Amino acid sequence: MRGALVSTLMEMAGEDDRIMFLTGDLGWSVVEKFARKFPKRFINAGVAEANMVGVATGLAMDGFVPFVYSIATFASMRAYEQIRNGPILHRLPVRICGVGGGFSYAHAGPTHHALEDLAIARVQPGLTVIVPADPAQTRSAVLATRDMPGPVYLRVGKGGNPGVPGLNGRFALGRPEVVTEGKEILFLAAGGAAHIALEGARLLEREGRAPAVAVLAHLAAEESPELIALLSKFRAIVTVEEAFTAGGLGSLAASAVARRGLACRLATLGVRESFGAAFGSEAWLRKHHGLDAESLAKAARRLLESSR
Amino acid sequence: MAARMRRWIVEQSFASGVGHIGSALSVADIIAVLWGAVMREPGTSRPGRDRFVLAKGHAVLAQYAAMRALGLLDAAAFSSFCRDGSPLNVHPEHVVPGVDASTGSLGQGLSIGCGLAHGLRLKGSPSRVFVLMSDAECNEGQVWEAAQFAAHHKLSGLVGAVDVNGTQALGKTRDVLDPGPLAAKWKAFGWDTGEVDGHDISALLRAFRAKPGKRPRMVLARTVMGKGVGFMEGKVEWHYRNLTPELAAKALKELGGGGK
Repeated sequence: MRGALVSTLMEMAGEDDRIMFLTGDLGWSVVEKFARKFPKRFINAGVAEANMVGVATGLAMDGFVPFVYSIATFASMRAYEQIRNGPILHRLPVRICGVGGGFSYAHAGPTHHALEDLAIARVQPGLTVIVPADPAQTRSAVLATRDMPGPVYLRVGKGGNPGVPGLNGRFALGRPEVVTEGKEILFLAAGGAAHIALEGARLLEREGRAPAVAVLAHLAAEESPELIALLSKFRAIVTVEEAFTAGGLGSLAASAVARRGLACRLATLGVRESFGAAFGSEAWLRKHHGLDAESLAKAARRLLESSR
Repeated sequence: MAARMRRWIVEQSFASGVGHIGSALSVADIIAVLWGAVMREPGTSRPGRDRFVLAKGHAVLAQYAAMRALGLLDAAAFSSFCRDGSPLNVHPEHVVPGVDASTGSLGQGLSIGCGLAHGLRLKGSPSRVFVLMSDAECNEGQVWEAAQFAAHHKLSGLVGAVDVNGTQALGKTRDVLDPGPLAAKWKAFGWDTGEVDGHDISALLRAFRAKPGKRPRMVLARTVMGKGVGFMEGKVEWHYRNLTPELAAKALKELGGGGK
């Protein structure tokens, strides 16, 4: 997805002089082409994220639209207060790009696992939080930010992110995108976890069920009418995301169900344990934390049984 | 201008019952020189204006006093300081016309100044960016990230100033977390660095009017906390303390003159 991010930015920068690209000395083999094509609008700010966000704030005050690039943990947390007091407080079009959310940087260990970025970004009503599910949706989402006057937090995968069948790059603020039609059960995913949802749906299909699968890329502070409309159609809803369970997609769905009094059962899958001594690949970490097709199918079966 | 500003600072601080009076008095001369004589079209919305970031936001009463002196803020607006519903707070708010950046969390202003200066240079603008910081603010790591950035990118349109009053919230800076030899540090970080008496108007004028070189410039202004009011000068307590009616009268008597 980060490849799609950079190529979309190059496309935009070619026709929009306001676009700038700042990196905290990360993005080897991905960001160089932007630097070569637009040397004046590229800044490697060094290993200094707090300053980088401050610089982006000043640039935005001058009329530029800076995209700030770092690994999701650093992009979202190292400079959180600077994001808050800078682009959020001043309502400026700074785009914070957190690369490799969730367990993408698996073997790099917990310092590189962004599991709370979505939650801390989502609590800011002045920050638009977007988690694309695949490269095509990344492109649409980045293009959709063009005229947004306020700041955006964009969590994108670091690479090796296959396309989500049926998504076809669709993106609109507040709108969940259904990729598999179905009934009774809805699997709702954010980001790369869309693939887990699709696999979980295949497991249930073998049992003669027909779960729907949808992707929600815009995690707003409050539920949108489109999200409520979708959730209202199902008896059992399971959310899945590569993030701690508090504050992200699951919390958004739970708040929608409770506040709207929807007649459904809900399970929220995410990371429930704090940082432990469990290390491995992304696939291994996902499974270890119950973010796999079988756990998803199991959660759906349990919800259906308990709602009878 | 600085004399009037000091009177207004004391009057308003007393009227609003809000502290930070010592800091505002400490920077009054620096701000009077910048706003009154050095900066181009300060506090306007013209693109050609010089920008001002008060990184030590808690001294904003001095900036508002300067804006009042220049007719950018009328007496009524000035006196709404810290009143319910007024945008004039203890720290600068960008929603106040004439304020370029909201600040209040120390250590973040210089980075914004770097971005402003970089962007203005990209646009071919001759506007300069002035950032006024405190000495204790140099405790913050982000200040030194920004120091590296400005030097690396040769942001010659960026002028920093540190209000070196040697005092911070709970004590003397040398006792709390000694910022050490600030001039040597800024020099080592690649800035053109000058040291002046922060209450000597002509020395400040010379320092800020110096022709921009190839590097960012830092003016270390040695000041006295609470300058102009004898019982406040150099006293840590006047970082936060509020004036009683007696002390306000005493301070205003000392500052003399009409409050025009």
